Amino acid sequence: MKNIMDEAQYRIAAYNTRRHFLKKCMSGLGATALGALTGCDLWLDTTGKSVSVTANAARTMTSHFPGKAKNVIFLHMAGAPSQLELFDYKPALNKLDGQDCPASLLEGKKFAFIQGVPQMLGTQATFKQHGQSGAYVSDYLPHFSKMVDEVTFLKAVHTDEFNHAPAQLLMHSGSPRLGRPSMGSWISYGLGSENQNLPGFVVLVSGSEPSAGKSVWGSGFLPTVYQGVQCRSQGDPVLYLSNPEDVDPVLRKRSIEIINTINEQEYKETLDPEILTRISQYELAFRMQTSVPEVMNINDEPEWIHQMYGTNPGKNSFANNCLLARRLVEHGVRFVQLFDRRWDTHGAGPNNGVDGALKDACQEVDKSMSALLLDLKQRGLLDETLVVWGGEFGRTPMMEARSGADFKGRDHHGDAFTMWMAGGGIKKGFTYGETDEIGFSGISGRVHVHDLQATILHTLGLNHERLTYEFQGRNFRLTDVAGKVVKDILA
Amino acid sequence: MKLRSLFIGLAIALLAVSVYLVLEKNASQKVSYNQHIRPIINTKCITCHGGVKKSAELSFLFREEALDTAESGVPAIIPGDAKNSEMYKRIINHDPEFRMPLEAAPLSEKEIDLIGRWIDQGAEWEDHWAYVPPSRDITLPEITGDHKANNGIDHFIFSKLADNGLAPAPRAEKEVLLRRLYLDLTGLPPTPDQARAFLADDSADAYEKLVDQLLASPYFGERWAAMWLDLARYADTKGYEKDLDRNIWKYRDWVIQAFNQDKPFDEFTIEQLAGDLLPDPTKDQLIATAFHRNTMANDEGGTDNEEFRVAAVVERVGTTFEVWQGTTMACVQCHSHPYDPIRHEEFYKFMAFFNSTEDRDIYNEQPKLFTYEDGTDEKVQATLDWITSHLNEKDADIKPKGKFLHEQKEDLLYRLGYRKVEAEEYQASSKLIELLAPNQDAVWQVQDSSWIRFEGVDLTEVEAISFRCATAISGGFIDVRLDSLNGRKIGGTEITNTGDWDQWKVFKTSLQPVTGTHTVYYQFRKNKDLTQHLFHLDWIYYHEKHPLKEKYNARFNQKLEELAAVQSVFTPIMQDLPDSKRRVTHVFERGNWMTPGQEVTADVPATLGEIPDGSPVNRMGMARWLASKANPLTARVAVNRFWEQLFGYGIIETMEEFGSQGEPPSHAQLLDWLAVQFMEQYHWSIKALLKQIVMSATYQQSSAATLEKIEKDPRNRLLSRGPRVRLTAEQVRDQILAVSGLINLEMYGPSVKPPRPDASSNGWGSWNAATGKDQYRRSLYVFTKRTSPFPMLTTFDGTSRNVCTSRRIRTNTPLQALTMLNDSTFFTAAKALAIQMAAVHPTDVATCLREGYERVLFRTPDVEKLKALQLLYEEALGHYSKEYHKEKLAHTVAVTQDDTIRIKAFTLVANALLNIDDFVTKN
Repeated sequence: MKNIMDEAQYRIAAYNTRRHFLKKCMSGLGATALGALTGCDLWLDTTGKSVSVTANAARTMTSHFPGKAKNVIFLHMAGAPSQLELFDYKPALNKLDGQDCPASLLEGKKFAFIQGVPQMLGTQATFKQHGQSGAYVSDYLPHFSKMVDEVTFLKAVHTDEFNHAPAQLLMHSGSPRLGRPSMGSWISYGLGSENQNLPGFVVLVSGSEPSAGKSVWGSGFLPTVYQGVQCRSQGDPVLYLSNPEDVDPVLRKRSIEIINTINEQEYKETLDPEILTRISQYELAFRMQTSVPEVMNINDEPEWIHQMYGTNPGKNSFANNCLLARRLVEHGVRFVQLFDRRWDTHGAGPNNGVDGALKDACQEVDKSMSALLLDLKQRGLLDETLVVWGGEFGRTPMMEARSGADFKGRDHHGDAFTMWMAGGGIKKGFTYGETDEIGFSGISGRVHVHDLQATILHTLGLNHERLTYEFQGRNFRLTDVAGKVVKDILA
Repeated sequence: MKLRSLFIGLAIALLAVSVYLVLEKNASQKVSYNQHIRPIINTKCITCHGGVKKSAELSFLFREEALDTAESGVPAIIPGDAKNSEMYKRIINHDPEFRMPLEAAPLSEKEIDLIGRWIDQGAEWEDHWAYVPPSRDITLPEITGDHKANNGIDHFIFSKLADNGLAPAPRAEKEVLLRRLYLDLTGLPPTPDQARAFLADDSADAYEKLVDQLLASPYFGERWAAMWLDLARYADTKGYEKDLDRNIWKYRDWVIQAFNQDKPFDEFTIEQLAGDLLPDPTKDQLIATAFHRNTMANDEGGTDNEEFRVAAVVERVGTTFEVWQGTTMACVQCHSHPYDPIRHEEFYKFMAFFNSTEDRDIYNEQPKLFTYEDGTDEKVQATLDWITSHLNEKDADIKPKGKFLHEQKEDLLYRLGYRKVEAEEYQASSKLIELLAPNQDAVWQVQDSSWIRFEGVDLTEVEAISFRCATAISGGFIDVRLDSLNGRKIGGTEITNTGDWDQWKVFKTSLQPVTGTHTVYYQFRKNKDLTQHLFHLDWIYYHEKHPLKEKYNARFNQKLEELAAVQSVFTPIMQDLPDSKRRVTHVFERGNWMTPGQEVTADVPATLGEIPDGSPVNRMGMARWLASKANPLTARVAVNRFWEQLFGYGIIETMEEFGSQGEPPSHAQLLDWLAVQFMEQYHWSIKALLKQIVMSATYQQSSAATLEKIEKDPRNRLLSRGPRVRLTAEQVRDQILAVSGLINLEMYGPSVKPPRPDASSNGWGSWNAATGKDQYRRSLYVFTKRTSPFPMLTTFDGTSRNVCTSRRIRTNTPLQALTMLNDSTFFTAAKALAIQMAAVHPTDVATCLREGYERVLFRTPDVEKLKALQLLYEEALGHYSKEYHKEKLAHTVAVTQDDTIRIKAFTLVANALLNIDDFVTKN
């Protein structure tokens, strides 16, 4: 087996003519000097273009410039939490509570549910300043309020979409329509995985799946090896990972060896290099059968860690997923995407408002997301791990009052909302951007979703304008034709 | 000495003369725009001076633009006068401030020379080759050597091989051809009987007979439909947030039948794009138009239907161009094409063809065609006949009118005064009306004061209206309003608690007398106690004062009930709005539908020809333009797709892009020759085209490589050997089901949900896996849920069918290995295969294994492979016996389990057999 793999490497190197290499790697860049930096390593270049694309094959970590972050954990609060109850403190809005919304605000605006002239809704939470930075955080997030000196708040993020599925797609793929690769796919395409035995892009879901479904971690027009692999805390951690009932690991190992022996024979007959790839993928599959359950098994964590996160082993929970996220980045997984769907607080009923329901939702995440930051920090991982938190949009300063009911709920709002980032190359204890006195629009430091994406790529050492893929005769990128790195928040 | 200098002098003179001659020859040689100039402009100039940016008001996309006066006040190019052309002056300038390309390396001397001469020669533009129709008289290249060509294809392939110092591979073994041909033409491996029959047939035309037999197989259509459905982005759900089920499988069946009937590709095209505009269209021709009803629809609460209607129409433009023209239009939505001569407004001119269809992203997917399936059509027909034959003499004119059965039924019931209308079939609604998932056959209300609207309701004879509702709360009301939402309230009723959300009850309101035909609004409101969900509304019934049916006896009325109760199946189709309601199409500034610009009328891009004479300027004319032999791209793009399915790569690898940015063809002449053959010789017959390809010696080559071939032709783009590529996702799954004998080859009908490891039974996304034989249907019948595609198929590069996909990029990943090893269906297949293997011989393991291998691959394994399998069998047997004996000690009653152990061991071997590279690969 060793010989045959050596031979493969040798052959691959031999075919890797300069012309071929340039063609594959330069197409998106237009500048020769950058070729080696696009993730076009030897393996992908030859087998990728020649026969098929493989993932997890030894890939060198390559970036456009040295990045501060090596990994990203994106905590997506699907459904969109209200910034006005959590971070964006607006005393002026409280004074306007119950008054009709001024017509000037509504002019030319479209809302998902609000009809007619809505009334302003003051915050339902109590705010206090925290930490040395003095950031405002409400009493909905008691644990997180102790972490404010670790994070940068983006107070004036904005998006183009006000329905969940398109907004989630825009957040993760740069386009509100289906068909584009997601951020994690772009990043694993650009940087590969650090761990050969684990996927480079892992998705963890709590609550229920996000509105836009699996498309938000799809690979779009990139080869499917770059799509997010959903790992689950119940059942098989990765689909098809477990052997059938009658096959134990010893037999599985033997049967893979026999499969590969036959494949070697076949290779000798046909000389098709694709067979060598298949042999290595079967070996990798076998290694994954051990490595994935190992990393997904949180039972071996000490009790104090469980206490810290508030985990519940064997259940599907955001807390478990936070702990898993730490374990995954520890093992070199490049991009960990968490979705937690429970945040759509319209006030469409008694248990759906920014008072009760939102508070409950916060309780589900507060302790564990704070623990994640602390835990990463105490392990020295926070410096190289970028943590991003937020929804697909924010919520209106007006009460939605669906069906005229007076439950305290807010409609979707894309003009201004709060997200936070921490770790990997981001300033600590910093706030960027500001909204007007009622939190309706950003008045300074506005950050579009594409800017956020450009910034995330930047922390990883990737230039968002150069991380491109040629499809349908043109170069596509995550940030479409826009996006500016928010330099002010970089440490 | 003297002699020597003389000699040198002479030599110099000679050299000077020859240099002069060479230069002179160069200068007079015609510079080709496509060959020499376009590559320079496309790589060095067009980013700033093209369809996107027009720096200094200069673009090189069209000749007239380049010759026009630029910002500087002078034209960039003066044909015939390079010296005075600004373009030339700027590329030779030494000052980096002025020199073009700006902030980049200067052009090479050779490039400058080419541009200079090209301008001097008149600066003629040439169309990109793909925009020029293929030549009708291409002569077959000569082939040398003793390689026998079977047909024209081989001439092109072999001569290019010879140019590259390569020879074709020998013909593959019969066993290999057998499997290759079966998988390629039907997507299924042969059955043991079929294999034996072919291998035993020694006649000279055995191969051709098999080709003909497979082209005539019903499974042929299924295999090729799988390819087309990726292009049609066919799915069983609507996409986006709710991703509710969509009933459109009859379109899938239409595609299968079209391939099986060998519907000529031009008709195939016209029916899908404009079948509804054919004279007196048949049911099938209407169902074909569902092609463009496969666009996604957004049922998420609070979405703007117009926004997503526009999104769908825009998508149809892009898909039409990708499928038939291999041309990317997505960029032209926002600005002119950056590289190819297609202007921004041409996108919207083309969009105008699609912009006046009736569909508008509404929940109920109107317009739809209603049909009866599974023999219910006969029942409807019989009941209709019974009723008409029992009509009184003076009612004899109530013979049902309408073209199709459903219309006749509706018409007859209506005229007899049986006027029941499904609530979900409204023509319009407020934003917050939803249909009850998953069947979407009842209306419910998310918000107070929501409404639904029915148009053209004749109320003259109506005295009351009934509503069938279900609710677990009281306090909801239905108001009936005339002509507008604020119109006269002509009736209304309270809907009280019926017991539960699925307990139905009928509520009735009397109606104020109204004459004539009206628009009727049903407004749903609530009293103070209710929050949001009011009630479910199933249907509405209009009671006439003196319905004709009352004149008939109970038996007759019973028949009416029966007729009304027969379930129909609907399929969304295309239909144009009446002329009076046609939408005006505007250019969208920067592609944004909220900022309409100049008004445009329908047309096709000028570069790609024009609507054929005598065709109307509508979708039909557009379809005829695509299906015309004059269209430069349609045949080339189609031929390339079929070629790719057989060889693994298209002649143009970028199947989605034939424009100047696409990859150049590997065999340009072959592509054109095949395209012309397809149109002129085969009259668009797909089966004839496929037969031509599989009859070629090129296709029948052995796929074994040599070191030389790997070196000179590493990706087999020159076809120095037969194709060797991994099977498609569908083929992989179907093949496992077939060789194990599990497969259920039933054709057509609603999609099925085989088991999947992430199936969940709750929520709208539930997947209640089939347990019976439906789970073993062919893969193209697997339910395609857009937001959660079937994991086995996507792992093998299947698409989620959100958008049109021309090309699946093959991957080779550990997840594929895990799926093949562990998927429960695949392991069941291994067991099924093991049982057959074990039955071959009671003791001779080698024979059992050999037959197992032959069953799977149709070849006899060589000694070493057989030895490896035997080793695995022995070890597994040892392992399972030990386990069994352990168990036996625990159980006092021992049953002989030798057979079970044997089968377990064979199962592990079968599982391995179904995983070897040869099995998942077409050899």
